[in-house]
Amino acid sequence: MALAAARTAPAASTFDWLAAVKDAAITALLAAALGLFMVGFRTADRGAAGLQFDYQFTDLLIACVAIFLGRLALTAASKGMAWLTLLIGAALLAAAQGLKLPSDFLTVVISLAGLALLLHAAWALLRGSSAGAAAIADVSGRVNAATVRLFPWLGAGMLAFAVALPFMPFADQQVMDLGILILTYVMLGWGLNIVVGLAGLLDLGYVAFYAVGAYTYALLSTQNGWSFWAALPAAGVLAAMFGVLLGFPVLRLRGDYLAIVTLGFGEIVRIVLLNWVDFTQGPAGIGSIPTATILDHPFVESPPEGKVAFHQWLGLEFSANHRLIVLYFIILVLALITNGVTIRLRRLPIGRAWEALREDETACQALGINPTNTKLTAFAIGAMFAGFAGSFFAAKQRFISPESFVFIESAIILSIVVLGGMGSQLGVVLAAVLLIGLPEWFRDLGQYRMLAFGLAMVLIMIFKPRGLVAHRDPTIRLHPPSGRGSPS
Amino acid sequence: MTGSLIQVDHLTMRFGGLVAIDDVSFAAEPKQITAIIGPNGAGKTTVFNCITGFYRPTVGRLSMRHDGHEYLLERMRGYQIAARARVARTFQNIRLFPGMSVLENLLVAQHNRLMRASGYTLLGVLGLSGYRTAEARAVDKARGWLDRIGLMAHADRQAGELPYGSQRRLEIARAMCTDPRLLCLDEPAAGLNPRESGELNELLLSIRDRDGIGVLLIEHDMSVVMAISDHIVVLDYGRKIADGTPAAVRADPAVIRAYLGEADEGEGAGHG
Repeated sequence: MALAAARTAPAASTFDWLAAVKDAAITALLAAALGLFMVGFRTADRGAAGLQFDYQFTDLLIACVAIFLGRLALTAASKGMAWLTLLIGAALLAAAQGLKLPSDFLTVVISLAGLALLLHAAWALLRGSSAGAAAIADVSGRVNAATVRLFPWLGAGMLAFAVALPFMPFADQQVMDLGILILTYVMLGWGLNIVVGLAGLLDLGYVAFYAVGAYTYALLSTQNGWSFWAALPAAGVLAAMFGVLLGFPVLRLRGDYLAIVTLGFGEIVRIVLLNWVDFTQGPAGIGSIPTATILDHPFVESPPEGKVAFHQWLGLEFSANHRLIVLYFIILVLALITNGVTIRLRRLPIGRAWEALREDETACQALGINPTNTKLTAFAIGAMFAGFAGSFFAAKQRFISPESFVFIESAIILSIVVLGGMGSQLGVVLAAVLLIGLPEWFRDLGQYRMLAFGLAMVLIMIFKPRGLVAHRDPTIRLHPPSGRGSPS
Repeated sequence: MTGSLIQVDHLTMRFGGLVAIDDVSFAAEPKQITAIIGPNGAGKTTVFNCITGFYRPTVGRLSMRHDGHEYLLERMRGYQIAARARVARTFQNIRLFPGMSVLENLLVAQHNRLMRASGYTLLGVLGLSGYRTAEARAVDKARGWLDRIGLMAHADRQAGELPYGSQRRLEIARAMCTDPRLLCLDEPAAGLNPRESGELNELLLSIRDRDGIGVLLIEHDMSVVMAISDHIVVLDYGRKIADGTPAAVRADPAVIRAYLGEADEGEGAGHG
């Protein structure tokens, strides 16, 4: 309430100190009340003495003072007193860095808050002056136009990097593992993009199809001796059939209702895998799944009788990395196939019908488009790619269990699609690199890893609410593209 | 006679206890503009929703005839009415695909023909089949309509960015791209200025005369209705109170009563 009021209030020429201080005090009090039990007390295990309370009232007090100042600074910025915000931001940053605060957490958070206030103040000051505002509009317009022109080059550059990565000197086992992981999520993101980004069907159970693909390959290979390449189409077809199976009951649902049912479907598949022990070995999972090979050349130093190992076949030194490099290229090709098919489908009537369905289902019906078939094909094709990715996952990990297919996986894939910008193929790649890569790079931050990750996501959503790549190119043009930089 | 394009017989629509349409019968002829008018809440849009399959009528028969076939609309599913019975419609509150380009809007309208041409996607993905020529033909058709509604220069813009009047015209063009035999327009002149409204009249007359399509029109703007209609059906409280040529309807005492209120109420204000 108070926040909204402060936002909408017109910039007054005189700053109402009393109201601002009162508002800040109320905020600090609220924080104190909320934090009293969560921050103020902490249970500590004292061995023989049992559980006891530790008191952290200094922490709480410092936090409340910081919140009071921060709130005051925000009010000041919205009332055209950005210099005060600048001052408080600098003070908070200096205090956090200079003083010895009781916990690292406070140091990190207060420093970040001070930094954010400084940026906020600088932004407000810049926008406040007319020259600054004009400059901002000019620069942002030009940056937008430039980035839109840059997208094809960015895509080509990333593809070139992806192809060259395994031959880089720094490409050790860890890098290849991360590369495979990111590419798997890129492929899943591209697959889900068909369902969520193009057809506009919010699917929270996408991981179910991934699981179907993984278990298809795992069971066919361990029990029937199928090779990866034989099982791959089977996994895709089976996952697509599950897609149709899910599609039928949810045809009439939209938005939140659809999301809940698909979430339930994802859980059903996982729980069936967990409990149908005779078939799936339940929580124990399926192990010793054969890896994917090229022309049946195993990745071992000394191959069994009658077989030629991969390194002998190519005349290379044996290296444990070969298996990963081959897997990396398999997932790269699979992902590129997904991308190519999606780009193609977007330009076909079915792709346009998906997008039209996302925009307005009622209008689609009035134009004679069968919504049932259109939705089912979206579910089936999206699921098929998840099935491919799933059997790749099984071949790479060589062990799968229901643990790998929990809801958080669906949530991550959906975040990749949403963060990238719904319907954008390039956005999915950027978001997958960010969401899967960043937590790996943040490992140095230790326990603040997830905090930094969350902060990065919040910042992206504030500054790019429609995703990293919100731009949509028409699938067909009458006139050649020109005047791209038009103000929007 | 078998000449009627659509014959509506004893159409009744109840929502629970509310009778929105009560035993309404009328016919619309091919190559004619038939207007449905009436005060607010008279049930005009409900008639449209029954004809175009958005509601299933409680009672009644809706028979659409063209090319020697008869289609009973009350038994068909919504999308089939557009695809097979060839009834197209626009909406009172415009329903374009706002995030797609103007051209894409017109191509989506030709979905069923393009789907067949792309071998139901299978052949299209592989790049086989004459999909390219089919698409070029669809683009040509869209181009023809863009020319007629004066949006050629804006073909690649997002439909949602267009000004209101252009969106109205685009929605009509999109409906026409489905190759309809009957075009149902729900208040196409709403929110248009006099110049745009005049252009709309010409567009509708050209749809009747050049394309030979029957038009069914709901409209409040009497300058549009009286200028272009061949036949007017008047509804009030879900009942048909008059049916005839514009001149006959204008002189009908029941219509005057419905529009201007009972004589003894002395309230001069009516609908425009």
